[in-house]
Amino acid sequence: MLQIKNLQAKVEDKQILKGINLQVNAGEVHAIMGPNGSGKSSLASVLAGRENFEVTGGEVIFEGKDLLDLSAEDRAREGLFLAFQYPVEIPGVSNINFLRTALNEIRAYRNDPPLEAKEFLKLTREKQKLVEFDARLANRSLNEGFSGGEKKRNEVFQLAMLEPKLSILDETDSGLDIDALRIVSNGVNKLRSDKNAFIVITHYQRLLEYIVPDFVHVLYDGKIVKSGTKELALELEERGYDWIKEPVSTEPVN
Amino acid sequence: MANSTDILEEYSDKEYEFGFVTDIEMEVAPKGLSEDTIHYISAKKEEPEWLKEWRLKAYHSFLKQPEPHWQNFELPKVDFQDISYYAAPKSKAKYNSLDEVDPELIATFEKLGIPLSEQKLLAGVAVDAVFDSVSVATTFKETLKEHGVIFCSISEAVKEHPELIQKYLGSVVPYSDNIYAALNAAAFSDGSFVYIPKGVRCPMELSTYFRINTQNTGQFERTLIIADEGSYVSYLEGCTAPKRDENQLHAAVVELIAMENAEIKYSTVQNWYPGDKDGNGGIYNFVTKRGVCRGAHAKISWTQVETGSAITWKYPSVILQGDYSSGEFYSVAVTKNKQVADTGTKMFHIGKGTKSRIISKGISAGEGQNSYRGLVHVGAKADNARNFTQCDSLLIGDRCGAHTFPYIEAKNKTATVEHEATTSKIGEDQIFYLNQRGIDTEKAVALIVNGYAREVLNQLPMEFAVEAQKLLSISLEGSVG
Repeated sequence: MLQIKNLQAKVEDKQILKGINLQVNAGEVHAIMGPNGSGKSSLASVLAGRENFEVTGGEVIFEGKDLLDLSAEDRAREGLFLAFQYPVEIPGVSNINFLRTALNEIRAYRNDPPLEAKEFLKLTREKQKLVEFDARLANRSLNEGFSGGEKKRNEVFQLAMLEPKLSILDETDSGLDIDALRIVSNGVNKLRSDKNAFIVITHYQRLLEYIVPDFVHVLYDGKIVKSGTKELALELEERGYDWIKEPVSTEPVN
Repeated sequence: MANSTDILEEYSDKEYEFGFVTDIEMEVAPKGLSEDTIHYISAKKEEPEWLKEWRLKAYHSFLKQPEPHWQNFELPKVDFQDISYYAAPKSKAKYNSLDEVDPELIATFEKLGIPLSEQKLLAGVAVDAVFDSVSVATTFKETLKEHGVIFCSISEAVKEHPELIQKYLGSVVPYSDNIYAALNAAAFSDGSFVYIPKGVRCPMELSTYFRINTQNTGQFERTLIIADEGSYVSYLEGCTAPKRDENQLHAAVVELIAMENAEIKYSTVQNWYPGDKDGNGGIYNFVTKRGVCRGAHAKISWTQVETGSAITWKYPSVILQGDYSSGEFYSVAVTKNKQVADTGTKMFHIGKGTKSRIISKGISAGEGQNSYRGLVHVGAKADNARNFTQCDSLLIGDRCGAHTFPYIEAKNKTATVEHEATTSKIGEDQIFYLNQRGIDTEKAVALIVNGYAREVLNQLPMEFAVEAQKLLSISLEGSVG
């Protein structure tokens, strides 16, 4: 589904990604861990097409297409979803209206007709239930006045609605209490299938107890320095990040 | 990749959709304003003597008035002698039925989305269509008549209902009010007249559509709406003009009178030609709009969506004379390219327990300059008067400007006056968030702007809210990316 080869990127004059290699196949969940400032969120932003990052080398193939050639909106329409670490507030725009616009834009890109109001509402109710999202929040302005936890839950609700192929969860666990963490994780687990894939970016092993990854990668100083299975996450929890601060491999993993 | 300021600064000229000219034979008065011009207009309209006298008094007042100097823009020199004050389609002076109206005119209004032929009428909306100086058609007249509602052109009202015109014309905006009001009173050509009798709830939305077509003419229409005791009316005006390189003056006057327990809701969707991206051409929209709540518990509500004109300069106001009467002002004003808007409202609290609410949303893009100017006046007898004002500014790019000039005069200690103001920019983060959900930048801006203006758009009658939303999106098309 996704092949990242020797991806390098900078912000202003600072090199942030220094040669990332990663392959993600359908049905897989990859966790990316690493200390603060190692480039985890930057990787998510570069993949989603944020403009202030400049790609300086490497390539990214998503479903056979050159991802880096596509605009941010076309990447989304191709099925790439980023659950933001800090979702923005957009006053006056109702959550539902926004989702309907998004969904129909994505459908138009695929030459599907817009969803009828009735079908859309049915889908909304279904997905609200699936990810335990409060209907009252769905009708409010997009993220306006939402608590941190509500914003994160809204990201998962949007993910459920838009049914992307590849979802990148950027520290979705940060700022969540244990109940919210459980609800968010349950939502993601219900959405997992052999057709989609997830990249879960997190600081802590805690989230991975709920969303069990197939692979764990450690990002340090703009490179993946270690890859393994979920046991690696436990080891990191025990030993911290100091011991992995030497790069072990720059070859594509997996 | 473009950086963030580039994206927000890049500005292209979106073609003005309604810029076409109708080729129709017109009768145009010679340029210039003098007593002769007034005699000419008055004769053309077969007016009674008292109205001509009133016009002449207004003309002399106009000659004595200085041009204002307090506005937040440089007032362009308008050569009042270079304007023609009367232009009418030549075919026929008065239409008895729509069949007699020149098909070219009907086609023009169709093109503007205002169907006048009976089978295509907008359901539930009666329309008065004004082309340059004259009203060409008023729809649904018969239906309205059954309810006792009078809805016709003001020229017709002068003939059919002289007692009402004589009583109310100039009673809210006297001809001496300001130079443009004086000019209008002297030279007004047509406009709409509405009278809702006691206790009647007007069964449909009333709407006037103004179209400036002829070159070098000004449009000076006058609207007078009277809602008698316990009645209700919702009225909407729309307007467009062809693209021309020179500026055209539009100096209208609107007067609203609400008696005890009556309610008038007046909505404007203003889309006059704004000029090109270098600021050439466009309409000078210098308008005086004022309503008076004469009786207790009367209510007047102004809603305006201002997207057009080179310069928009107006302050729809309410005189809250009756006890417990209330006034509202909801406004969205968009300025892009080199457009200027200096708009707001005045609320005069005179009666006891009067209330007013002001919601103003300015949107500036390109090099547009947007000013909110408002006055809340609480008189000595206005016990427990209350006002709430919120004025927000949204900036797109960093070459535009937003300015706020709120004035408050309170002469009664029991008054409560609240003022809130915010300024925000459309953020890169907001646009990227929407991009990441598959929404392109153009649509993202439209969504954000419509969200920002929602409180005001919600006030518009349903049929027009959708129209206004589209208009906002179109006006800002090309303002980013």
